This record gives sequence, structure tokens and C-alpha cells, in this order.
Amino acid sequence: MTAVETGLRWETVCLLERLQPERGAAALVEGRQVAVFRLHDDSVHAIGNIDPFSGAAVLSRGIVGDKGGVPVVASPVYKQAFSLLDGHCLDEPDVAVAVYAVRVDDHRVQIGLP
Amino acid sequence: MARHLVVVGNGMVGHRLVSALRERDTAGAWRITVLGEEGRPAYDRVGLSTYVDGSSEEDLRLPELDDRVELRLGDPVVTLDRGARRVVTASGAELTYDALVLATGSVPFVPPVPGRDLPNCFVYRTLDDLDAIKAAAAAAVARPGPGRRSAVVVGGGLLGLEAARAMRLLGLSPQVVEIAPRLMPVQVDEGGGALLRNLVERQDMAVRCGVAVSAVSEDRGRLVATLSDGIELDADLVVFSAGIRAADSLARSSGLPVGERGGVLVDAACRTPDGCVWAIGECAALEGRTYGLVAPGYAMAEVVADRLLGGSGSMQPAELDMSTKLKLLGVDVASFGDAHAATDGALEVVVNDPVAGTYSKIVVSDDARTLLGGVLVGDASKYATLRPLVGSALPADPVAMIAPGGVELGADALPDSAQICSCNAVTKGALKAAIDDGAHDVPALKSCTRAGTSCGSCIPMLKTLLLGAGVEVSKAVCEHFAYSRAELFQIIAGAGIRTFSELVESHGTGRGCDLCKPVVASILASLGNGHVLEGEQAALQDTNDHFLANLQRNGTYSVVPRIPGGEITPDGLIVIGEVARDFGLYTKITGGQRIDMFGARVEQLPQIWKRLVDAGFESGHAYGKSLRTVKSCVGSSWCRYGVQDSVGMAVLLELRYRGLRSPHKFKSGVSGCARECAEARSKDFGVIATEKGWNLYVGGNGGANPRHADLIVQDVDSEQLVRIIDRFLMFYIRTADRLQRTAAWLDALEGGLDHLREVVVDDSLGICADLEAAMATHVENYADEWRGVLEDPAKLERYVSFVNAPETPDPTISFITERGQPIPARREGDPVLVGMPAMNGVSR
Ligand code: SRM
Ligand SMILES: Cc1cc2nc3c(=O)[nH]c(=O)nc-3n(C[C@H](O)[C@H](O)[C@H](O)COP(=O)(O)OP(=O)(O)OC[C@H]3O[C@@H](n4cnc5c(N)ncnc54)[C@H](O)[C@@H]3O)c2cc1C
Ligand code: SF4
Ligand code: FES
Repeated sequence: MTAVETGLRWETVCLLERLQPERGAAALVEGRQVAVFRLHDDSVHAIGNIDPFSGAAVLSRGIVGDKGGVPVVASPVYKQAFSLLDGHCLDEPDVAVAVYAVRVDDHRVQIGLP
Repeated sequence: MARHLVVVGNGMVGHRLVSALRERDTAGAWRITVLGEEGRPAYDRVGLSTYVDGSSEEDLRLPELDDRVELRLGDPVVTLDRGARRVVTASGAELTYDALVLATGSVPFVPPVPGRDLPNCFVYRTLDDLDAIKAAAAAAVARPGPGRRSAVVVGGGLLGLEAARAMRLLGLSPQVVEIAPRLMPVQVDEGGGALLRNLVERQDMAVRCGVAVSAVSEDRGRLVATLSDGIELDADLVVFSAGIRAADSLARSSGLPVGERGGVLVDAACRTPDGCVWAIGECAALEGRTYGLVAPGYAMAEVVADRLLGGSGSMQPAELDMSTKLKLLGVDVASFGDAHAATDGALEVVVNDPVAGTYSKIVVSDDARTLLGGVLVGDASKYATLRPLVGSALPADPVAMIAPGGVELGADALPDSAQICSCNAVTKGALKAAIDDGAHDVPALKSCTRAGTSCGSCIPMLKTLLLGAGVEVSKAVCEHFAYSRAELFQIIAGAGIRTFSELVESHGTGRGCDLCKPVVASILASLGNGHVLEGEQAALQDTNDHFLANLQRNGTYSVVPRIPGGEITPDGLIVIGEVARDFGLYTKITGGQRIDMFGARVEQLPQIWKRLVDAGFESGHAYGKSLRTVKSCVGSSWCRYGVQDSVGMAVLLELRYRGLRSPHKFKSGVSGCARECAEARSKDFGVIATEKGWNLYVGGNGGANPRHADLIVQDVDSEQLVRIIDRFLMFYIRTADRLQRTAAWLDALEGGLDHLREVVVDDSLGICADLEAAMATHVENYADEWRGVLEDPAKLERYVSFVNAPETPDPTISFITERGQPIPARREGDPVLVGMPAMNGVSR
């Protein structure tokens, strides 16, 4: 379902319960590959799913953790860490993936699109 | 009274001379005045480009000189009057000297093209140059209006590429114009040049070779560079880095001889024919030749310091190390020694791998015994080990030294006389002595030997030397746990911890990462905590363990059905063939005696497993830190030499230890006689049949650092054999470090093989019953992990490409056909296959 709020269109991808804590899942949102992560405190983050180093759409399958306090996912291919807050790569500062607005509305995980 | 030394030039080499002299002149024989043209105290010019990448002037500044040195900055010497032993500066100051050292360096060479003096045309040599470049780049970036902001860099040598990368960092699109047919023509040959160009272009830098800039003009507030082929390039700024010329004008005007191609002519002692005047660094033409690198300059400074104090030092040809490594570019390029095989009879060995994007060449003496030099493009990781070996005997076959997967050269291979840091002429022997004296980390080594303080390319070797010297390195798994894997095992087993959350809250910090989570997952699995994807454990697994298959480079997976001992029926072969055909998978016989099927999408995995399970197979572990395969030879079933049933034993062992999680993967093999066709001694545990029973070998390894396994027990029967293997594996699982295979573990084990034998054969620690019981639990509780997923809808639901579109396959995955089978389609940025990698020894 699509709702309009604060200028963003919110697209529901799944229920919160469908996401395992500290693990990701991939979603296809208007042709975009989005990696959605649920953390241990039930906060939800969304970044681009395509790993810029290998080109494979797999960031959602990486291990979630933190590096120096920043929540990150480690690419499962060559293990670079990406910040779940702003998408930048902690190992190669020049590289970043997209970040998506995300919220949980009555158990529904929603991605915001402009 | 102290004599007066005047040093003209306060650059890197002049600074080194003064600090060397101050260090050694304990009697105070010399009073020193340094006259510098630049307005700032000496700084690290080699690191100049880092000034656009985060370093400040303070970071680059060289150590301050003491107060017996008078430093006059921003006032160049304009006249040298040798008759009166006097210099005059631009501000009119006159100084007399007893000795004069010219250390005036070089000036950038700017080709005499019209327009080269226009505003926004720069050279790239000093911090002042970089300040001006930064300001112009900032203005260009801030300029309103559309279009790219670009910089033309004239010269595609070492400095030009560095400058181009700096322009990139400043937000401009660089275009490199090189008159030679390839980049870095001095260092790199044709083969390397083509690859280098490719790598540079991938860094968003345009390259034009074989053309010159013939004019620069102004057009509506911007610049236009006209090339010799008529093409015009728009630019916000133009940077000339087309080479350098020795700054020898003082020598010329005072009648001192200069080299054929410029430079103050000096002998091996760095002295000019006027006995009171010396020249060092880039301005000197040592026996006619100039050197554009800092290492030879430092060597000259040391010689002159020695001479000024009455010594007899002189330049050794060996000190003229012309090795260079490109910094900052994001592209690896290095050349060292006689890179162009100029030595008589020199042979070149080239390994060109366009697929991997690497080009390596080493130059060896005519008998192929001595390393003379080399060029590395695309991957210069071997630079640190190869460069110090120049002039020494080759420790291995030349091809193996540069071939991908060839020999890894450790610091061990180097003689003590090998120069590890060529910038500062520090040998391995000197570094070892410093480590023995208590320099136990890289910063300590830097400050007491100076190694690593210039270009930094020797730092990896410093680390290796520290490691080799057994300096204690932290074994903590990662930032979240201050414990080694073995300690974590004790904690988890001892406290009966069953989840990661419990562990990190009681013994760690933060929420873990991709280093500690898989370690804890493996420990929990070794201790028997049910299915690896049960509950919170699922979140800890590496992607392969999480999907129970091996991730490939395009995001698909491979499935490797277990074929215990490599024994398979014709029907079994047919099933695997049918599965691969029906799902369109690529198949290959592996090095572990089984069949790998590649290219399965996540959502296909359960369907493939189902077909395998129905036919009596299970998918196998080609992933995970666990047992891979137990290879076998046909043994006594067929072979005329076989003395035991090696296949039967291999099948038994593979079924016993399958699924056992461990610090690293482990492998095994069983041979039916001493001919060893199963290569059992290259395995973590290997079994070889004897007339009387079995011999057991442990700690073998293939892979990167091969090691033959050691004999631990002889002529044991099958039951004893299995019992000792049980104990051996469990002991390894409890005590090894993260990703430490049995070979490395055994090498590091105090007391070595004898101790291991005491523990697992003689039960010296009294733990064997416990170890056996732990293994018995594993064997009893083993369950097919893949079937476990098929039977559990909650686990099954994770096997989709998209959580919101379970039926849709990942659209980024596509295949092409090669040799009749599917392989991942190439993506933009993938290496392009230009031809087969060539490996040849060419002589000339
Ligand atoms: C498929 C296979 C190559 C093949 O086409 O033959 C293979 C493929 C891989 N090997 Fe291997 N190795 C394969 C046999 C070997 C062998 C030969 C053997 O087992 O007899 C060796 C040398 C023996 C040894 O391990 O001591 C071998 C030494 C390695 C190493 C180096 C290990 C070391 O200690 O130096 C790695 C890297 C690692 O594990 O860290 C590695 C890692 C890998 C990985 C896991 C790399 C990766 O992360 O993608 C590959 C994944 C397999 C996959 O996706 O299915 N592979 N690899 C072979 C699978 C055998 C099997 O049926 O399980
Ligand atoms: C961007 C860049 C990257 C480099 N990278 C490397 C590298 O990776 N590896 C490497 O080995 N080398 C590298 N070099 C070269 C290295 O910096 C020089 O070899 C080294 O600085 C030479 O030292 P020097 O003292 O002879 O000359 P300089 O450091 O140039 O010092 C000479 C000084 O003398 C001053 N001077 C000149 N004329 C007069 C005068 N009449 N009166 C008073 N003062 C005068 C100049 O202003 C200057 O400050 C690089 C150089 C640059 C510019
Ligand atoms: S190891 Fe011995 S028994 Fe096995 S195949 Fe080779 S020769 Fe035959
Ligand atoms: S080799 Fe350049 S700092 Fe050591």
C-alpha cells in the first residue's frame, strides 16, 4: 500500500516480525533494490542492496554489527563495512550506497520514496 | 673556533645533512647556517600530495633543528663568489663560509609553450604551489553554471599521476596528457603501461598518450589547452608536471662544472672540483648523473656529513636505489632496481594477467640466480619483499615469485644485509637489532631507525619483522571482545552461555561484528546448540552458513552434494546431472573429489536440496568452518597394491565428522598404501594404510602455505584410529585461534607434536574422556542441516530474493555461455578478458 506523508510516498515491504533481529532482507521497491535491516532494539534501517565492490545485490545478506559504535553491515562478498545510518563505507571513505527513509507503522515496515 | 658551514636549500636533503651533522658533531666543529628560498621550514616533499588529502603543514614538517643551526627562510642565495668564499642573498645579506653545500633540489620543467604563464597555470613542487592550486580548484568548484570542472595535467609520469589524483580529490575531472606512448614511461614497459592506463581510467581520470600540449590560451575566464593533434581541452586549471631540472644556476654562474644534462658535477664524495663546495640531492650530478628521488639524496647527505667530520665515506652504487612506488592513486604501481633490464645479459620474466588486472615483471641476471629489478602494476603487494632482495640470490624460481598464487616471500627469505627501507637505508639487520632493543611496534621502529618515515612502502615489512620476532600481538578477536577464540570457548563452555546476546552483555562491548559473530556461532555449534539457523544463532552466521551454500561473485550460490570418500554410484551421478540440467547450473569436478553446481539463486536452493534429499543425498559443506571432504584412493577394493580398504575408512570418517564446526575448515584423506594417491599428508588429518593397520598424520595443509602432516601414531587398528582422531579434533576445536588451521595451530602449540601426542595419545592432561564424550555427542546429534530447513516453514521463508516479491528473481543476475555452460555475465567494472594470461621468460 502507498501512503503520502511529509512529501514521501511510503511503500510497505513486510511486517516487522518477518525481519530477524540483526539481520537484513532485500526488498524490491519501484525497481530499486533495498536492503532492510532490523537491529536488536527493533529500529529499522534501509540502504541500497547492491554491493559497490562486487556489483552483486547482496548487502542484505551481510552480518550486522557495529564498528566504533556505528551500526554497520559487512558485505558478504569482500567484507567491507557500510554504515546503516548514512550508507558510507567505513573501509573506503570514497564509496557509499544509497540510504532510504524507513519507518515502522503499526508493525508494517515502510520505505519512503521521494 | 668552530668553522662555518653554509647550506643553500632547506629541502629534504639539506635538512637530512644538517640533522646528520648535528647528531655526529659532538665536539661542535661546525657552526651551521641554512639559507632557504621557501618561506617555511623543511617539510616532507615526498608526502606533498597528502596535503590535499587530510595532511596539514604541521603533519608534513620535518623534525626541528637545534639552536646551533641558524635558519634563514624566504631569502634565496643569488650570488656565489667562490674566490671570497661568500654568498649573497636576495635581501642583500652576505655570508662567508668555510664549507658550502648546495642542496637546492630541482625546478619543475615547464615546456616552452605559449600561454604557460597564464593565471591558473601551475607547477607541482612546493606547499605554496599546492596552496595556489587548492584556491584555484575551490574557485572553479564554486563557480556558478553547469559543466564539469576540469584540470589538464601535463605529464603522465609518477608525479603527473599523483597530481592528477590530487585534482580528483579537489573535485576536478583530471585529463592527463603524456607525450610518450604510455604512462610512466620511465618506470613501466609497454605491457605494464597498457594495463596501468586501464586502471587509471577506472579511477575517473582521462588519459591521452602520444600527444603534447602545444599551447594554452584563455577563453571566457577558463583555459583551453591545445594539443599537438589539434584537439582542444577546456580546463579550469593546467598543472605542469612534465619533469624536473636540477637547480644548478649558482654552480653555472660561479664557473663550477655541470653535468651533460645539468646538475652540479660532483665526485663519489659529493665534492665539486672546488674542494670547499659540495652538492647533494637532486641538484647534484653524481659522476654525471642526477637522481630525482629522496633515497639517493639522503645517502649523499650522510656521505657529506661524514666527510665534514674528517671521515672518508663515499657513495656506493648500491645506495642509488631508484625504486619507486606510486602513492595515493588507488592504483598499485611500483618499479625497482634495473626495471628496464639494462644490465648485460639480464633476463626478463613477465607474468601478465589482464583478467586479474595485474602485470608483474622481474629482471634477473643471465644465470637466473640474482634479482636485478622489476615492475609491478595492478598489485604491488610484493614490492616490499622483492625490493630488498635486489642484488641477492633469488630464494625461489623466478616465475613462482611473481605468479598469482606463487610463493609468498616472508621476511625470513631476506639476508640481514637486505635494505628494508630504501628511503632511509635501513637494513633488516638494523631493524632486528632495534626490535631486540625493545622497539615493539611500528611507531617505535620508525622513531629509532627512521625506517618507514618517508614513502611508507616498507611499513608492511616492518610489521612482518615484528611478527617474525615473536613480539606479542593481541589475539583479541575484534573490538567487541578482548579475548581470543580459545578463551571465548572456555567462557562459553564454562558458563554454559547459549546466546550471543548473553555473551556480549557479560563479556564484551557493543553488538558484535562480522569477525566475532561467526566465531561465537561456531563455538555454539561445536558445543551442540541445535540447528545453526535456530533462533538468535541465525543472525550470527556468515552468509554462506546463513544460506547453507557458497556465495558466488554475482550473488548466486553453489551447491556441492556430499559424496563421502569420493565414492558415487552411476545413479547418483545421474541424479546430480539431472538436477544441474533442470536448474541450468554450471558443473565442475572439484579438487575435493566431488561435484560442484554453480549459479543457483537463493529461491532455488530449497528446491535443489529437496531433489537431492529425495535421492538420498545431502547438500555438503563447501562452506562453513567445518569438515570439507575426506578424499580417498581406491585402495584394496581394486588396487593391486592396496593393503586396507581406504574408501571404506574415508566414508566412515566423512560421515562421522561431517557438520562439526571448528576454528577453520578441516580436510582429510585416506590412502590405501604408502604410495599415497589420496595425498593424505597434505590434509589436517591424513590416514595411510599399512600391512598392520593405519598410520595417522596430523597438521597437514595444502593451499597457500603447504605443510606435510606429521606422523602421530603408527600401525593402529580402526577403532584406535578413530578414537585418536576424535580427541585430536576436539582438542583443536577448543584451543585454536580464529581461522587457524591445524597446521598453524600445531606449529604454534607449545611443545609441538610431542606435546600433542602426550595429550591425545597418552592422555597427559586427563581430558581425553571429555574430548571423546564431546565428539560422541556431536556424532549422535548430527542432523542434515538442509533437510532441517526444508522441514521448517519459518526457515524456509527466508529463501527468497525479495521479502516483498518472493516470486521475483534478482534482476541483476544474468548469465552468458562459456564452453557450453552458463557463467555470470560480466558487469561494468569487471576485469575484461583481453587475452589469455601470458607467462613467459623473455631474454634479450
Ligand atoms: C570448489 C573448489 C575449487 C574447485 O573447483 O576444485 C574450491 C573453492 C573454494 N575454495 Fe578451495 N576449493 C576447492 C578445493 C581446495 C583444495 C584441494 C583439496 O581440498 O584437496 C585446497 C588445498 C587443500 C587445503 O585446503 O589445504 C583448497 C584451498 C583453499 C584455501 C586455502 C586454505 C589454506 O589453508 O591455505 C582457501 C581460503 C580459505 O579457506 O581461507 C579456499 C577457499 C575456497 C573458497 C571457499 C573461496 C571462497 O570464499 O569463495 C571457494 C568456494 C567454493 C564454492 O564456492 O563452492 N580453498 N581448496 C574445491 C572444492 C573442494 C570440495 O569439494 O570441497
Ligand atoms: C609531488 C612529489 C612527489 C614525490 N614523491 C616521491 C617519492 O614517492 N619518492 C621519492 O623518493 N621522491 C619523491 N619525490 C622527490 C623528492 O621530493 C625529492 O627527491 C627530494 O625532495 C629532493 O630533496 P632535495 O633536498 O634535493 O630538494 P628539495 O626538497 O626540492 O629542496 C630544495 C630546496 O632548496 C631551495 N632552493 C633552491 N634554490 C635555492 C637558492 N638559490 N637559495 C636557497 N634555497 C634554494 C628550494 O626552494 C627547496 O626548498 C617527490 C616529489 C614531489 C614534488
Ligand atoms: S595409494 Fe596405494 S592403494 Fe591407493 S591407489 Fe595409490 S597405489 Fe593404490
Ligand atoms: S622505503 Fe620509503 S619509507 Fe621506507
